[in-house]
Amino acid sequence: MAVSQETVEQVASVSEKYKYGFVSDIEADTAPIGLSEDIVRFISAKKDEPEWLLEWRLKAYRYWLEMEEPSWAKVDYPEIDFQDIYYYSAPKQKDKLKSLDEVDPEILEVYKKLGIPLKEQEVLAGVEGAPNVAVDAVFDSVSVATTFRERLEKEGVIFCPISEAVKNHPELVKKYLGSVVPYTDNFYSALNCAVFTDGSFVYIPKGVRCPMELSTYFRINAAQTGQFERTLIIADDESYVSYLEGCTAPMRDENQLHAAVVELVIMDNAEVKYSTVQNWYPGDENGKGGIYNFVTKRAACRGVNSKVSWTQVETGSAITWKYPSCILQGDNSVGEFYSIAITNNLQQADTGTKMIHLGKNTSSTIISKGISAGRAQSTYRGLVRMGRKAENARNHTVCDSLLIGDKCGAHTVPYIENQSRTAKIEHEATTSKISEEQLFYCQQRGLSEEESMALIVNGFCKEVLQKLPMEFAVEAQKLVGISLEGSVG
Amino acid sequence: MLEIKDLRAEVGGKEILKGINLTINSGEIHAVMGPNGAGKSTLSYVLSGRHGYEVTGGSVMYDGQNLLDMDPDVRACSGIFLAFQYPVEIPGVASATFLKTALNAQRKFRGEEELDAMQFLKLVREKTKELDIKDDMLKRAVNVGFSGGEKKRNEVLQMALLEPKLMLLDETDSGLDIDALKVAAEGVNRLRSPERSALIITHYQRLLDYIVPDFVHVLADGKIVKSGDKSLALELEEKGYAEISAA
Ligand SMILES: Nc1ncnc2c1ncn2[C@@H]1O[C@H](COP(=O)(O)OP(=O)(O)O)[C@@H](O)[C@H]1O
Ligand SMILES: [Mg+2]
Repeated sequence: MAVSQETVEQVASVSEKYKYGFVSDIEADTAPIGLSEDIVRFISAKKDEPEWLLEWRLKAYRYWLEMEEPSWAKVDYPEIDFQDIYYYSAPKQKDKLKSLDEVDPEILEVYKKLGIPLKEQEVLAGVEGAPNVAVDAVFDSVSVATTFRERLEKEGVIFCPISEAVKNHPELVKKYLGSVVPYTDNFYSALNCAVFTDGSFVYIPKGVRCPMELSTYFRINAAQTGQFERTLIIADDESYVSYLEGCTAPMRDENQLHAAVVELVIMDNAEVKYSTVQNWYPGDENGKGGIYNFVTKRAACRGVNSKVSWTQVETGSAITWKYPSCILQGDNSVGEFYSIAITNNLQQADTGTKMIHLGKNTSSTIISKGISAGRAQSTYRGLVRMGRKAENARNHTVCDSLLIGDKCGAHTVPYIENQSRTAKIEHEATTSKISEEQLFYCQQRGLSEEESMALIVNGFCKEVLQKLPMEFAVEAQKLVGISLEGSVG
Repeated sequence: MLEIKDLRAEVGGKEILKGINLTINSGEIHAVMGPNGAGKSTLSYVLSGRHGYEVTGGSVMYDGQNLLDMDPDVRACSGIFLAFQYPVEIPGVASATFLKTALNAQRKFRGEEELDAMQFLKLVREKTKELDIKDDMLKRAVNVGFSGGEKKRNEVLQMALLEPKLMLLDETDSGLDIDALKVAAEGVNRLRSPERSALIITHYQRLLDYIVPDFVHVLADGKIVKSGDKSLALELEEKGYAEISAA
């Protein structure tokens, strides 16, 4: 659902610091620090995994050992010591949970503080502000709760932690895991394959329109811990699902690594809408601390007329390195990428997309809005590739950058590869500065300088904000204002 | 209400206002006329606190407070409204959103309850009706693709909604046809009250047929060179600025 006029009207007026920065004292089950084959075996054993999966992990690990950390992105950070990270941390719990009531009340409290409803009763009872969304909550390395499962099961929709899917739906996991992002793909995806701990699994059967929004909330809590989640979504023929993910982490002086892999498989006439509001801790105004967000996301549009939309609002993280991509294999398949990336202070973002056109009449749209403030650096990096058989394929790219102040930077790096004689590729790019005139106009009507900035930036991002599901749109608008705090004056 | 004493200001290192003296009491309407480049817009920007318009001398008191110490948004929330000579475009922000955000910012400043979407729409629809403005304008991005006349109407609508104590109108009549001019005048006249005042910058005496001023001033080369009642405006129209300024 697009944002209604009313929602659009409800504009950022919030002025608060990173409000998710609290740390919760929750007893955890943690693997020894560092990475080795033993750690990979430890994680696999913890999850009681079948032999094939352990083998796959080990292959990925050995492959990773031979790889080099990529350095082509326009981001700058000290070398990561992969032996100084905990690869597994799970909140302690006694036995398998039978219902949500058994979730550790302290964890429920954490999610409550984050404004995420894990109690189905609340939603059913119409508690104010509780949206009609099924939630999978991933806390450090494991999923702690998934709501509305029964309701979804009635429709044949599977929505569960991927560790559970390995046990209950091994045929699906075995068939599709790594089929879109193989472990050989890149340095961080190889690492993820070796040590991923949890994440969400979604299967929408043939002909089913998922009756509610599905969402996963990722929370990093433990110190010095990496989060390596893995999400796999399969949309069978003629199905539809809208999935949202949100992420937050405590404020810590150290940098923490988040290296996720997301794979989407989309069959004939099916559609997946994947939205992200990424608000990992960005570090302080001097660039101390913050999450390294190194993520591989890819959708395979395998079927004819299949469609995927990636919508992302990236406001957090010290460094973001992420290119949600679309492989448009099925004839007439459609890929969309709508992105807002806001960087402030010393944040760095190198983000964009890859549109790989293989099938006939495939089309893709890219709308990227980059906002830089403070001393931040933001890069749009995007590839559009038209394969030989991509007859009449089309791409339209719009890449707008907005600069706030004169110490930040915005860069646009488009790569275009065209092997199809009938393909059409359009690329537009603009860079602008927020004008003193606009700020004064808003202030003359009574808005503070920060409120004025938030309003103008929200206007700049409108086309993308409108693509978000309602439940996220208002939150995202506020986030835009909060992320730019301290960027004026 | 407003007391300007020997006000001097420069823009980009160049002195534009060269000692302005002007007192506006509650309930009064003052018109300021003068040739292009005289410093009329500069005066309106200095009063509303625009960045880059540097006050180099003199004082301005507003309701007993030192106006020059106040931030632009505080001035706005305290009741000073400037209808811009060249209204600014804000892409992607619906006029309704802009108005609601502004109104609620001002209400919050005064310690009043903010209006929700329904209450706001009701209020704004009353105003658009009064001013004969199409509701369709509310959905469009602020001033983006507006004609000159629509931009000015939008300024008047904002003013009607925000109900300022001191209205500063900078050539709101320029580029308006006679019907639009009447609407603009109507906007000011509706707000006219013993507690409110206005400073109306204009080139043409025409507007003053509809908004009858208590005083008319001639601004030339950064100074008020002549003041009088509304008959001064007629005189100006007949003789032109040069003769008056020289006198
Ligand atoms: N930003 C600016 N930088 C330099 N000079 C300016 C600037 N703005 C206005 N001026 C100059 O100040 C003088 C007064 O301008 P203005 O106040 O706009 O006059 P008016 O509104 O009476 O036509 C003009 O000579 C104009 O060129
Ligand atoms: Mg002027």
